[in-house]
Amino acid sequence: MHPCLSAVGAAFLATVIVVPAGAQELYGTLKKIKESGSIGIGHNSDSPPFSYIGKDGKPEGYTVDLCLKIAEGVKQELKLDKLEIRYTQLIATTRIPLLLNGTIDMVCGTTTNNLTRQKQVDFLSTIFITGNRILTRKDSGIKDLEDLQGRRVTVNQGTSNEKIIKDLDAKYNLGIRFLDTKDQPQGWIALETGRSDAHVTDEVVALGLIAKSKEPDKYATVGRLLSFDPYSIVVRRDDSAFRLVGNRVLADLFRSGEIDTIYKKWMSTINMPMTEQMKMVFQSQAFPE
Amino acid sequence: MQHYAWNWGILVTQPYVFWILSGLLWTMLVALAGWVLALALGSILGVARTVPNRVVRALAAAYVEYFRNVPLLVQIFLWYFVLPELLPEGAGRWLKRDLPNAEFWTAVLSLGTYTACRVGETLRAGIESISRGQTSAGLSSGLTMAQVYGYILLPVAYRVTVPALTSEFINIFKNSALALTIGVLELTSRTRQIAEFTYNAIELFTCATVIYALISLVVTYAMRIAESRARLPGMIASQPTDA
Repeated sequence: MHPCLSAVGAAFLATVIVVPAGAQELYGTLKKIKESGSIGIGHNSDSPPFSYIGKDGKPEGYTVDLCLKIAEGVKQELKLDKLEIRYTQLIATTRIPLLLNGTIDMVCGTTTNNLTRQKQVDFLSTIFITGNRILTRKDSGIKDLEDLQGRRVTVNQGTSNEKIIKDLDAKYNLGIRFLDTKDQPQGWIALETGRSDAHVTDEVVALGLIAKSKEPDKYATVGRLLSFDPYSIVVRRDDSAFRLVGNRVLADLFRSGEIDTIYKKWMSTINMPMTEQMKMVFQSQAFPE
Repeated sequence: MQHYAWNWGILVTQPYVFWILSGLLWTMLVALAGWVLALALGSILGVARTVPNRVVRALAAAYVEYFRNVPLLVQIFLWYFVLPELLPEGAGRWLKRDLPNAEFWTAVLSLGTYTACRVGETLRAGIESISRGQTSAGLSSGLTMAQVYGYILLPVAYRVTVPALTSEFINIFKNSALALTIGVLELTSRTRQIAEFTYNAIELFTCATVIYALISLVVTYAMRIAESRARLPGMIASQPTDA
């Protein structure tokens, strides 16, 4: 072949191969982060040890740490020198609108991944597994779901906990007298002041509430798990490029075992050792490169 | 919001449509019961703020300053969480455990006592707007002070303050949303609840907004009718409107 032509051919080939790879159009969240030089993290104020305001007034927790790892991964992926982290404190009603209107890019809290919600948003890999359990005073005589018959039970408005316990109440005809509290602190006060006999919430949240209380010895979680609640970080829907970056970071953590350190750092505060089930879940999501 | 999956149908889907209606019902109940309390207590306050007796005036002023200056949300928490702890154990326990619909009654009490101070101040302004000559004329014609209030001052004061009372009436409907903080499943809490289950927050808050706006419009219209029915010829607030 004529050397000149082959040079042209090589150049052409290079164009075909290199250009699409190098100039791959950024879209969605990654494009937004690149243009603004910042990433928005939404966090809770009251969900230790996952997502809460620490003593120094900054958001911290297990989910927040994982989101920071993802932010680091995004920074590398986009080859940015600097990536500003913008925190926004969320309440239940603001998290989805603020995610969808672009104020935040990830919801880093204790959100249960379920299929109804997947109509509206996307979830990254599962980072924790819990389920609904009954939190009660040790001397209440409540041992399991059936003992709630006719008792006064608090559950937070609009949570997956509410849906589950109310369905169970109807199914087993328990005649539970519900008090629909607004958030965890109020559910706790109601229990502490004797206004209610039990509080139904995610087991891990219940353990956090007990650990924080004035008299942790007086309270316990009892009975069987009433549901299966996988927690995930929430991202916008139809944005697989960003989701891939997030899941890659998580897969690296699961594969390298770094997740154990992060897990221990936070879960030891509520005496929650890693279960076999959690290990299995992490392993099954440690996708190879 | 290009990623938002709109679904207006959610508003008329079972069981959500019934949740919204039940929320609306609780909103109406809390606000109306609170308003009855506010009007009754507010009338007493309005009178107490203007009577010649200084002690009564001072007590009424203290009530107004407390209830006007402490945020309503804090008041609700004080009634709900703190009051039962201050009472003797039996009474506190009854409030916490045995009183049926304790959240509802606490909400009514909080809203009513709070709105009462505003109604009271409005009525005081109404009473003070009436020239002193009317009181003097009443007393000199042999009426007692109570009769002067009952026959002369209050009937006029209520009429001239209808526009201001309308605002308070509307406010109590909107303030009733705070009842959700102690577990009354009223309109706002119901729409939040559905928004959490479905993640269709925008449709639900739009729906709540429209319902609150409609309530306000109905209240305004009803109060305008009441105003024109009760008008006294020659009073400022009683000019018949062409509208």
